[in-house]
Amino acid sequence: MDLELTAADEEFRREARDWLAAHVPAEPLPSLETAEGFAAHRAWERELHGGRWSAVTWPEEYGGRGASVLQWLLFEEEYHAARAPGRVSQNGVSLLAPTLFEHGTDEQVARVLPPMARGETVWAQAWSEPGAGSDLAALRSAAVRADGGWLLRGHKTWSSRAAFADRAFGLFRSHPGGDRPHHGLTYLMFDLAAPGVTVRPIGRLDGKPAFAELFLEDVFVPDADVIGEPGQGWRVAMSTAGNERGLTLRSPGRFTAAADRLAALWRAGADPADTALRDRVADALIGARAYQLSAYAGVARLTEGGTPGAAASLTKIFWSELDIALHETALDLLGPHGELADAAPEAPDHGGWADGWIFALAGPVYAGTNEIQRDIIAERLLGLPKGRR
Amino acid sequence: MRFLLDAEQAEFGRTLGRMLAAADTPAAVRAWGAGDSAPGSAVWRRLAGAGVFGLAVPEKCGGAGFLPVDLIVSFVELGRYAVPGPVVETAVAAVLLERLGDTGGLADIWRPAIAAGDAMVSYADLARGPYALDAATADVTFLVDGDTLRASDGSGPVQPSVDPARRLARCPGGAVLASGPAVRAAAAQADDIARLLTAAQALGVGRRLLDDTVAYVKQRTQFGVAIGSFQAVKHRLADVLLALEFAEPLVYGAAVEVAGASQAGTADAADAAGVGIAMAKVAAGEAAYAAARAALQLHGALGYTDELDLSLWIRKARALRNAWGTPAECRARVLPSPVATTR
Repeated sequence: MDLELTAADEEFRREARDWLAAHVPAEPLPSLETAEGFAAHRAWERELHGGRWSAVTWPEEYGGRGASVLQWLLFEEEYHAARAPGRVSQNGVSLLAPTLFEHGTDEQVARVLPPMARGETVWAQAWSEPGAGSDLAALRSAAVRADGGWLLRGHKTWSSRAAFADRAFGLFRSHPGGDRPHHGLTYLMFDLAAPGVTVRPIGRLDGKPAFAELFLEDVFVPDADVIGEPGQGWRVAMSTAGNERGLTLRSPGRFTAAADRLAALWRAGADPADTALRDRVADALIGARAYQLSAYAGVARLTEGGTPGAAASLTKIFWSELDIALHETALDLLGPHGELADAAPEAPDHGGWADGWIFALAGPVYAGTNEIQRDIIAERLLGLPKGRR
Repeated sequence: MRFLLDAEQAEFGRTLGRMLAAADTPAAVRAWGAGDSAPGSAVWRRLAGAGVFGLAVPEKCGGAGFLPVDLIVSFVELGRYAVPGPVVETAVAAVLLERLGDTGGLADIWRPAIAAGDAMVSYADLARGPYALDAATADVTFLVDGDTLRASDGSGPVQPSVDPARRLARCPGGAVLASGPAVRAAAAQADDIARLLTAAQALGVGRRLLDDTVAYVKQRTQFGVAIGSFQAVKHRLADVLLALEFAEPLVYGAAVEVAGASQAGTADAADAAGVGIAMAKVAAGEAAYAAARAALQLHGALGYTDELDLSLWIRKARALRNAWGTPAECRARVLPSPVATTR
């Protein structure tokens, strides 16, 4: 058991650090949840790709570096420590791409991934429906067989970044009348600009048009854009869900960097006699370190052939609750400045703490609510009997 | 980087677990609390035979060398089986003597005895509190008072602990073995190691409380179904698992840092390891305590009875939470006051 990096990993980390130091914009980009910010972030994705940092674990032929998962963790630590911009391509890179690597055809991988790496095609996830959130199998939007493909009909909602994205991926009911609700689903990719698609942005808690609902009226999708076998969408989707809950969506670097900034904030101006606040800052440091070390152990297990499985549910609860605690502590620490949003000229850290707090509040909701994750942990990791919810 | 136990370490833990499971440790714990140390001492000798205490003793004194990760593997099992006695203190005494170096031949006498299981040693630092654990039973108690190290072979009256298996007592003074700043420095490092081993023990206590409670809620029925099928029960236990799962890498991570610091031999490395240990102690102590609270609640009135062995772990979790560093002390180590560091 060790925590020593090999010379190659150290070199990888150093290269990432140097590149980021030379390229990260000095001023934060506008929020990627606005039209202006979205464009600025798309340009940043292009720049990242120029340095081959936009998808480091992918094979080189698709724009990656063939980096190991551990190197990805190191890159993320450097990325967040450098305060580099949020990733507008995240849904594509961390959710769709692993799904394609596992279930996609060679043609799909070769066609979809390179423009994703370049930031040319930004992807949104179209999973939730008004009647299907954590109970994803309750979804009703349909894929109806057509000549050479499928026609999508229905209503998707709460689709992150769909207001500005180019394409979307999601689950549709293709074989109605199955005996179990998660049977007869198909996983498809479609164009948000296709005829029949209406995108209606929805304002979030912070008022930004971050996510959207999608109305689909006979939207044609060619067979080439079905991922996996028609009717087997649930199995395909579950590998995406594991990624969403696990490490790839929320790397430890994000929290170690934020906890370090929180500690710096505390050292710079907090009242040392306020030990209650001190304890909360210390707990943020402890939580971030715990998540980081847990990730190192998880990577070692993966490297030796293990699978994250239901353990991703532990990860999801942990990071989502840590994120809220971290931001709440920062807001309390900032006192009267803590409520300043990013539009306020005097906002500390450009309002990052207040905006980050609002974003963090969504964590226990998306990617499968934390209540559902606790059920999964109890039933699959502790072996407790299923019961009525 | 391979942050995982190797096959040999994992097997060592399983072997110790099997050995302790066969040793009826609850009976030994109850006897220990009643003042009969014979069954506990028998367990102790078997542990020493398996090499547990030798993991804190250098090879030249009959040990395996100081192996922090392997010590953690052991101490998690000691917690899982609630092994009584000054287990942390004996291991830490060996470390203290090693850090002190020349103590007029004393270290050379005690360390082989610790490795062999011939000596049960207690250790206390009066800067931390007046009580030494199991001093009445131990063969000797090493006592740090300021920058003086004494060997005390007597004990005041036992002050019952919330955990009956922890017998606390004040110690009279004894022969001075060493004095000066080196004692203080060695005691500071010993304090960190004691804290780390206590965190490991707490982790084992928490694992045991969770395992026993999961088993219980699967078989206990109310309203016609197993209570483990109720969401309120599931979520409480999921939270316990969550706390333990994220405390564990902190404990092992700190052990890896201690091993590195021990090789580097610098004060900075030791201090960084101390911060990691403090993190581990907060997380493991709180997780074990949460496990105890959940275990009591989910065992219902049965959990509130002394006849159920569960009580042995519930009470130990509370004692370990504060032993060798309260959560507040540990958090202050993680985030020292800026007054102390920069002004």
